[in-house]
Amino acid sequence: MITDTDVTVDSPLIFEHSRPGRRGVLPPRAPEVDLAALLGAENLRSEPPKLPEVDELTLVRHYTNLSRRQIGIDVAFYPLGSCTMKYNPKVHEAAVQLFADLHPYQDPSTAQGALQVMYELQRDLGEITGMDAVTLQPAAGAHGELTGIMIIRAYHASRGEGEQRRVVLVPDSAHGSNPATASMAGYQVKEIPSGPDGEVNLEALRAELGPHVAAIMLTNPNTLGLFEERILEIARLTHQAGALLYYDGANLNAIMGMARPGDMGFDVVHLNLHKTFTVPHGGGGPGSGPVGVKARLAPFLPVPVVVKQGETYALDYDRPQSIGQVRSFFGNFGALLRAYAYIKMLGAEGIKKSAALAVLNANYLKELLKAEGFRVPYDRICMHEFVAQPPEGIKTLDVAKGLLEMGYHPPTVYFPLIVKEALMVEPTETESKETLEQFARAMGEVIRKDKEWLEHAPYSTPVRRLDEVQANRKPKLRWGG
Amino acid sequence: MDYTPHTPQDVQAMLERVGAKSLLELFKDVPQPILDPQLKLDPPLSEAEFMRHLRELAAKNQSAAASFLGGGIRPHYVPAVVPALAARAEFLTAYTPYQPEASQGLLQAIFEYQTMISELTGLPVSNASMYDGSSALAEGVLLALRESGKMRVAISQGVHPEYRRVVRTYAEAVGAEVLTLPLVEGRTALELPEGVGAVVGQNPNFLGTVENLAPLAEAAHAAGALFVAVVDPISLAVLKAPGSYGADVAVGEGQPLGNAMAYGGPHFGFMAVRSELVRQLPGRLVSETTDVEGKRGYILTLQAREQYIRRAKAKSNITTNAQLTALMGAVYLAALGPQGLREVAVRSVANAHVLAERLSAIPGVRLLTPAPFFNEFVLELPKPAEEVRRALLAYGIHAATPVPAEYGPKGNLTQAHELARPEGNLTHLALFACTEQHTEADLEGLEAALREVLR
Repeated sequence: MITDTDVTVDSPLIFEHSRPGRRGVLPPRAPEVDLAALLGAENLRSEPPKLPEVDELTLVRHYTNLSRRQIGIDVAFYPLGSCTMKYNPKVHEAAVQLFADLHPYQDPSTAQGALQVMYELQRDLGEITGMDAVTLQPAAGAHGELTGIMIIRAYHASRGEGEQRRVVLVPDSAHGSNPATASMAGYQVKEIPSGPDGEVNLEALRAELGPHVAAIMLTNPNTLGLFEERILEIARLTHQAGALLYYDGANLNAIMGMARPGDMGFDVVHLNLHKTFTVPHGGGGPGSGPVGVKARLAPFLPVPVVVKQGETYALDYDRPQSIGQVRSFFGNFGALLRAYAYIKMLGAEGIKKSAALAVLNANYLKELLKAEGFRVPYDRICMHEFVAQPPEGIKTLDVAKGLLEMGYHPPTVYFPLIVKEALMVEPTETESKETLEQFARAMGEVIRKDKEWLEHAPYSTPVRRLDEVQANRKPKLRWGG
Repeated sequence: MDYTPHTPQDVQAMLERVGAKSLLELFKDVPQPILDPQLKLDPPLSEAEFMRHLRELAAKNQSAAASFLGGGIRPHYVPAVVPALAARAEFLTAYTPYQPEASQGLLQAIFEYQTMISELTGLPVSNASMYDGSSALAEGVLLALRESGKMRVAISQGVHPEYRRVVRTYAEAVGAEVLTLPLVEGRTALELPEGVGAVVGQNPNFLGTVENLAPLAEAAHAAGALFVAVVDPISLAVLKAPGSYGADVAVGEGQPLGNAMAYGGPHFGFMAVRSELVRQLPGRLVSETTDVEGKRGYILTLQAREQYIRRAKAKSNITTNAQLTALMGAVYLAALGPQGLREVAVRSVANAHVLAERLSAIPGVRLLTPAPFFNEFVLELPKPAEEVRRALLAYGIHAATPVPAEYGPKGNLTQAHELARPEGNLTHLALFACTEQHTEADLEGLEAALREVLR
C-alpha cells in the first residue's frame, strides 16, 4: 500500500500517484476546434507532456505530507546565520491578497494604490539606509548586488574611467555572492585579508586601493557579526582613491534604524527584504533586493522609477543614463508590499527596537553557548550574529546533524571561510529568552553525546545522512525520462 | 506593533548576563556621530489600523482579473488549491534546503518541478527556478556565451521587448554585443551576423505568432552558436517542445502557471538545458540519491557551480531564486494534468481567434499578427493605443497593451539599446490576450466597447 503519512517511510513522487485519465481541477469547457488548422500541424507536439494525473484530494495529501517533511521558522528555531530567519507576520499574507489581480500593463491611473505603496517604500527604504534614491526592481539580494555593481560601472564609465577601473575589492570574509557578482559584472576580484581582530585590515586595503579600483564591497556588520569600527576611515580612503563603497545589506538587521549605511559613507546599498523586512523566505525565494544610491548615482538606476507628479503616481522611464532593466516589470511587488506593511507597523521606534533586541539575543546566546563549552574566536560584543566553534575534536557537521535530531534547524555551517569549523549563529529578535536557553542546552547536549552517536545523527528525520558523492557523480535530476 | 517577545525583565536579565548596562551600549562599536539617527517614518500602526489603511489604498486600484492584457503576464485562473498548498507554513517559512534531512519536503517538490519543466520543454535538465522569464533569458544567454566562447548575441525582434532590454543590461556588463534579428512578416529573419555565440527566438513570439524556430536553431548551430528558446509554458501543452526543434536552452516566465499577476511579481522563471550543459547551469539543482539506510532522498547537487562554493568563479551569482512561486507552478501543473493544461491552452487559443476576428472587423482596425497565432495578437488601431486602453476603462475593460512602434509596418527596427518603453510614444499598435477565463459575453463586450471607443 502506498502511504505517505508516516514521515519516516518513503514518500512517493506525485508521478507515482498518477493514474491515466484521472483528473484534478477542471478548467472551463474547451470548444471543439481544429488545432492543426489554427496553429499549423507542423507546430503541434505529437505527444502530450507526461504531467501527473491525480485527483485534487491526492494532490492535497501529497503536498501536505511533503510539508510535514520540511522545517520552517513556524515549526522550529532556525538560527541560520546571515539569513535573518525572523518571524514572518501573518498579516503580510492577508495584505498581498488585496493586490493580487493587478496587471503590470494596466493603465497606471488604475493602479494608483500599488504605485503609492512603491513610492512610499522607495522613500522609507531610503530613509532607513540613508540613501537618496531607491530602485525596487531587483528580485533578490544577489540580483540587487548585480544591479548595484552595474550602477557603479555606469558611473565610472560616465566619468571616462570605465576602462581604467577594472577591479572590485572584497574582504576574505565576504559572502560568496559578492565576488560572484563582481565577476558577473565583468570585474576582476581581489580579496583583502581580514586583520587579527576580524575586521578589514586597513594596511592591506591601502595597499590595494588605487586608480584601478572601481569599488569595495563590504558587509557591516561583517560575516563574523562584528561592526567594522573603522568604517568612516575605510570610506574616506575609498573615496580618496576615486572608488565607491558598496554595502551588502544581508546583515542590516543588526543596525536597522540604529546606524545608516549612507551615514557611514556607503554609496550603494542593496537590501534583502526577505531577511531584514520579514518577507517569507519561501524555501529559497522569491525574495526582493532593492538598491539605494547616493544622489550622484541616481541617474543610473534601472527603469522604471516610481515618481509622484502632483497627486498622481507614475512610472518614469525617461532616464537616459539608466543601466536599463534587470528584470521585466517593476520588481517583486508582493514582496514589496510585505516590507511596506512591516515598516508601517513598526515605525521608527519598532525598527530600532527590533535591531537592538536582535543584537541582545545574539550576545545572550553567545554567552550561553560559551558556558556550554563552545569556542568563540572573535569574542567581543557582537551584533546580530556571531561565529562559534565546537570544542576541539568535534566536527561542525556532526553538531549540525545532532541538532536536527533535537528538532532544530542548525546554524549556518563552515562559513565564513576564515574560521575553521565555523557555526554562524543568528537568533533574530523574534525569539524569546526561553527559546535561546533551550537551544543552548540542546547545543550543549549535542557536544556531550558520544562520538558514535554524533557521527551517525540524525536518526528520526524523514531521511538520514544522504549520499552527496553519488548525487554529484551520477546526478539524477528528474523522475523517469 | 513589533514582533519581539521580550518583557522588560527579560531585557534586564539578558543585559546583565552579557555585561551591558543598556541596549544602546551594545552598539558601542558604531562611531558616535552616526549612532541612533532620527528617522522620518510614519508613526507605527496596529494591525487593524494598517489593514484599514491598506484597504483604502487597494480601493484606488482596479482589478485586472478579467482583462485582455498580456505580454508575459496573463490573467489565467489560479485554482484555489494552489495558494492553499503553497501557504503551508513549512514551505513558506523555510529557506534554501542546505540541510537535506530537514528539507525533504521542498527538495522532493523541486525534484518533481524539475521533472515537469523537463516534460514541458523536452529538455532533460531543469534547474530549481530563476527570478522571472526575463532574467532567466539573460542567464541563458550568458550560459550560451560561456559555452561557445563567443561574445556576440543575436536576438529575434520577436522576443519580448522588456526581455531584450534585460539581456542587453546583463550582456553589456560582460562586454558582449547584442544584435537584433528583425521580424520579417512576423517571422525571425534567418541571416545571422558573424561570430555569434547565442541566438535567441521566442515562441509564440511577441506578436503572438507561432514560429517554426527549427531553421533558426539550425542556423545557430551551423554558426557555432547555442540556440536559446523563450517559450510560454501553457502553450507547451499543445505546441512542440523546444527540445524537439533544436533548442539547447529553453527559458520562460512561469506566471501563467498558478501565480497571481500581482502587478508583475513575484513569479518565477524556468530554465532547462541539454544534458551536456548541466555544469554550465546557473542556480539550484536537486538530485535523487540514497541515505545511509538505502532510503530514497533528495539533495542539492553539483554545487560547485554556485557562488557560495566557487565565489568569483561561479556560473552565476544567483542564490535566492523563486522556490515558493515555482512550487505553485508545480502544484498547478499537477492539479490540471496534461488534459487540463491542454484544455486551458485550447480555450485560450479559441477565444483569441474569435476575438481577433471580431475586432479586426471593426472599421480602421487591422490584424498585424500573421497566422498562425496562439492566444495573443497585435492590432493596428486608428487611434493611439494608450488612449484606447484608457477609453476602454469607461466600459470596465482592461485591454489594448501598447506595443512599441518598431513592430508596426512603418516601424524601423530599433536595436536593443534604443528600445522605447512599451507604453507611450503614441504607438497605434496594441496587444490583446485571451485566457480560458474569457466567455463569449466578454468577447462581445470588448468588441462593442472598442467599436464605441473608435467611433
